[in-house]
Amino acid sequence: MAVQFTYVPIATQTIGSATSSVTFSSIPSTYQDLVLVSSVTNSSSGSNYSLSFRFNGDTGSNYSDTYLYGNGSSAASGRESGTFVNIGNTTSITGTFTPTITHIMNYANTTTYKTVMGRGNNSGAYVMGAVGLWRSTAAITSMVIAPEFSANNWNAGSTFTLYGIASA
Amino acid sequence: MANPTLFQLATTTVGSGGVSSVTFSSIPATYTDLIIKASLRTDNASNLTGLITFNGSSSSFSFRQLEGNGASVASYNGTTNATNTENGTGTTASTFSSFEFYIPNYAGSNNKSFSVDSVTENNATTAYADLSANLWSNTAAITSIALAPGSTANFVQYSTFTLYGVRNY
Repeated sequence: MAVQFTYVPIATQTIGSATSSVTFSSIPSTYQDLVLVSSVTNSSSGSNYSLSFRFNGDTGSNYSDTYLYGNGSSAASGRESGTFVNIGNTTSITGTFTPTITHIMNYANTTTYKTVMGRGNNSGAYVMGAVGLWRSTAAITSMVIAPEFSANNWNAGSTFTLYGIASA
Repeated sequence: MANPTLFQLATTTVGSGGVSSVTFSSIPATYTDLIIKASLRTDNASNLTGLITFNGSSSSFSFRQLEGNGASVASYNGTTNATNTENGTGTTASTFSSFEFYIPNYAGSNNKSFSVDSVTENNATTAYADLSANLWSNTAAITSIALAPGSTANFVQYSTFTLYGVRNY
């Protein structure tokens, strides 16, 4: 039986100098799901920002998310809607990169809206679980990830790897 | 053909009598991230919180945790090498906790942030689902990882621990 690899790196981006967003484009439709593994810091002065996703260049109010988080002393849940999906929480602490793992399910189908699920790990502020929705039936072919599309940047040394998950 | 990216580096199945810890040593620096998946149970009467050490060090750790117990949700923080809640002998027999540790950029020169997700089960009585954000404030490459059940307990027979390496190229 031929071995089939199911967890395939599509692209990796390592930030060389501060940049406002990262884009993955020309994402092939040949996988079942996508996984983005990121390890980042943001350029703000002590603020924590989510990883915010936009797909296929859509800047409309077609996104929503629901989240559950703990700050070390209390837990809460909330939801929001707007022009991007928020997942996780990132720090601005130099040298302490916050890992976030984001799953994008059935991203290439042209029938259903696209759901996103992620785990954020900012050990200095929040531990989070979140789900998001992009209300579009288009196949995802590109995504932009920014620190809440604010005036802040991803700092140098931040890494983003997009994996494709192949089905049998 | 695409390159393989997920490699099983080592696996341990606990034998009769149990063990007080499980260690993965001589971890090569040739991967991007590490994943540990574990199915574990301790011989302690009450549920314990697991412990993790990197390179033999149990200092400079901190965490924030989100925990649900089937009735309520709470959040905790600490400056120890504690991880998440483990099934003890007070829970349903033959029921093991499931753990996943994700350690990105483990061989880099930054502080090591990682996550721990886990669940216990206890046949519809109080059990725990834990999400943790953890930090080892140390810039050394991780070359060994040890997991212990906490207190003076052992991991029981049939507990399993598997270390995977992930490559992003």
